[in-house]
Amino acid sequence: MHKFANPARFLRISRMITPWFFILTAVLLVVGLYWGLFIAPEDYQMGSAYRIIFVHVPASYMSMFCYGFMAVASLVGIIWKHPLADQSARAAAPIGAVFTALALFTGSLWGKPMWGTYWIWDARLTSELVLLFLYFGYMAVWEAVDDRVKAARIAAIVAMVGAVNIPIIKFSVDWWNTLHQPASIMKSGGASIHPDMLWPLLISILAFNLYFVTVVLWRIQSLILRRQIRGLQMRIVEGRQNVEGQNHHG
Amino acid sequence: MASNVNTRASKRKKKRLYLVLTSMSIVVLAVGLVLTALEDSISLFLDPSELVERNIPEGQHIRLGGLVVEDSFKKDQDGLTYYFDVTDGAETVSVTYKGSLPDLFREGQGVVLEGETSNSGLFHATEVLAKHDENYMPKEVMDSLKKRGVYREVEEESI
Repeated sequence: MHKFANPARFLRISRMITPWFFILTAVLLVVGLYWGLFIAPEDYQMGSAYRIIFVHVPASYMSMFCYGFMAVASLVGIIWKHPLADQSARAAAPIGAVFTALALFTGSLWGKPMWGTYWIWDARLTSELVLLFLYFGYMAVWEAVDDRVKAARIAAIVAMVGAVNIPIIKFSVDWWNTLHQPASIMKSGGASIHPDMLWPLLISILAFNLYFVTVVLWRIQSLILRRQIRGLQMRIVEGRQNVEGQNHHG
Repeated sequence: MASNVNTRASKRKKKRLYLVLTSMSIVVLAVGLVLTALEDSISLFLDPSELVERNIPEGQHIRLGGLVVEDSFKKDQDGLTYYFDVTDGAETVSVTYKGSLPDLFREGQGVVLEGETSNSGLFHATEVLAKHDENYMPKEVMDSLKKRGVYREVEEESI
């Protein structure tokens, strides 16, 4: 693992693989969404209205996956002090926040015609909203604390403590009674979605996952480059000061 | 010398690991205790059994959840007032509601109602929300399940 923690080597390898990930993401996204939105059969109760599932479920799943990724990266950052760990967590945060917002938005659009309300303070919806605020809090730490080492440490603590919310979101529908229905895919006794609907959904989830990998690699690259630019700028400023100092003496 | 530095570094790593693990378990424990204590307020609704058990006073605003009893749905002559029964298998509560019903509202389906009980034991709902279950299937599959009489089992399992 240490090999990949070297920023220069990471840059070289990730630059090589991101274009491929990008292409794969685009292909799977088109296949998954087209299959889901146009080919998959109508639901026996909801008709075509259920098709928002092909965006809602992948977005919701990724909102939790992304936070889990951040928490693990933060753990690695705080214990092993790998130079890339904190950057990976930082790079993932805005992507996760967008997934969370998308999950809440599509869920709300789905809720109005089916349940009869855009929003209800049940355990699933509320804990997902808390997740959005955790992302905002995490990103705010990086912006608010000037000292980078300190910012990384505080942000990592926010990410790890906030990770407690992930199992709460997942099991909220089992632990408490909610308006939101229980899990349809990851549940004991197998998925309760017909295979004709499940396949496009799984492809869509995979596409969202690859999208995350692509964008997070891009964002880590740009964070590393930004850091290098700052380093070079510092050196230029220092160099100028040295030259000026010598001129004064001369 | 180098190995000495290495062992010191790995000792510090181990210390940080234990620190993180201990603090995380404390956080999990604390959150767990809070959630257990708040269980009643986190749960969205009471089921008919809880409504009967807890002797909710008349006029207290609550949420009630359950399945709409088959063949219990009736429309008043004005066409806007509905009557139906809601059950959790053990207890049944009669409900009256005036307003529009969501698309998914039907007999045998889960609903969440907002409202209050009256002295006659009738639950006056001010809002009706339909609960969706976790099953998704094409119409044809459901039709053939119904034809073969498997559907009832599927439904009872999901309760």
